[in-house]
Amino acid sequence: MDRIPILKMGEFLLVTIQVDMHDQLALQLQEDLTQRISDESAAGVLIDISSLDVVDSFIGRMIANISAMAQVLDAQTVVTGMRPAVAITLVELGMSLEGVHTALNVERGMTLLRQKVAAPGG
Amino acid sequence: MPSAASPRIADLIAKNSKSLLDEWLAHQRKSTATRSDLIGDSELAEQSKRFLAAFETGVESGTLDDTTGDEWADARDLLSEISRSRATQGFSPTETASFVFSLKQPIFDLLRREFASVPQQIADETWRMSRLLDQLGLLTTQAFQQTREDIIMRQQQELLELSTPVVRLWDRVLALPLVGTLDSARTQVVMESLLERIVETGSEVAIIDITGVPTVDTLVAQHLLKTVAATRLMGADCIISGIRPQIAQTIVHLGVDLGAVITKATLADAFAIALKMTGATVTSRSSAG
Repeated sequence: MDRIPILKMGEFLLVTIQVDMHDQLALQLQEDLTQRISDESAAGVLIDISSLDVVDSFIGRMIANISAMAQVLDAQTVVTGMRPAVAITLVELGMSLEGVHTALNVERGMTLLRQKVAAPGG
Repeated sequence: MPSAASPRIADLIAKNSKSLLDEWLAHQRKSTATRSDLIGDSELAEQSKRFLAAFETGVESGTLDDTTGDEWADARDLLSEISRSRATQGFSPTETASFVFSLKQPIFDLLRREFASVPQQIADETWRMSRLLDQLGLLTTQAFQQTREDIIMRQQQELLELSTPVVRLWDRVLALPLVGTLDSARTQVVMESLLERIVETGSEVAIIDITGVPTVDTLVAQHLLKTVAATRLMGADCIISGIRPQIAQTIVHLGVDLGAVITKATLADAFAIALKMTGATVTSRSSAG
């Protein structure tokens, strides 16, 4: 079965979603990612969704959930590279992903993640 | 007997086409509806000549009570083309339609001359020709209307594009000055163009300036909040500026919660905050030195 690879970079985990997310894949990612955060005791997670161009409310909720779960496991989460169409869709669906940190691209996301880890709660 | 008469009428028109054209042109030139200020004489003559030829073809076919068939395709196409060009030249619908209606006079004159001895036939043929030309005239009005509607549609589209300029104020700072009423369609365009520009320029801060928005109701506030939320999802911050005192009052009275949004009274204040957020500082040279 397809899996979304989770890469380890220092104290951070890097997830880039390069394929169309279907529900099963999202659930699998949630499972894998929480496991990896706990195994590696990662300080932060960066999820790059710049290749994702179709979202539905389920995927939107999964992104919010994964972020909240990582938070519970004491890892900061940043979602990067969301496309305009995806952002508009999520807003129209009424999901503004309040608790999720966002950045324009992976580079900015990494900077943000480092800041968040250095000053938690900020 | 109409069936026997129709070829005769076609023959008549074909035989007299030269004089018909001359009379028609003379008639059009006299009429104020021709608008010689908008259309050149040679162009008018050319259009009249081509239409008369197409009209002859149509009459030749013998179907005089129905202009929707293939026999009249040439005439219809030509009329649509003429109406379109006149609509863009600035003719009124009346002036456009009178192009066809003015053909009645020379044709009726011709009928009167040819059938002078048979009043009954004059009446019949006049009625048939009149109906035929009425149909063609209505066609020009319809084509004219269509062209105007196309123009209006295009202008609306252009207005929509013009009304949403996203400007780059500084490195990684965008501004979107909104002017005029915000409706759903416009908000969509505003949101899209803002988000596209954020990606293009890699901006971190977007300032939406609503100084030019006359009223803010719950719907507009909703649209603004959506735009702010979408901007945040993209990883940029959004500041709303240019909130006039009345609008601030309205927003609070409406119970709209703008608590999560950074709001500033003027664009200058918003810009100062934006610079701070991107890590830039502005110092005055005299005070520094």
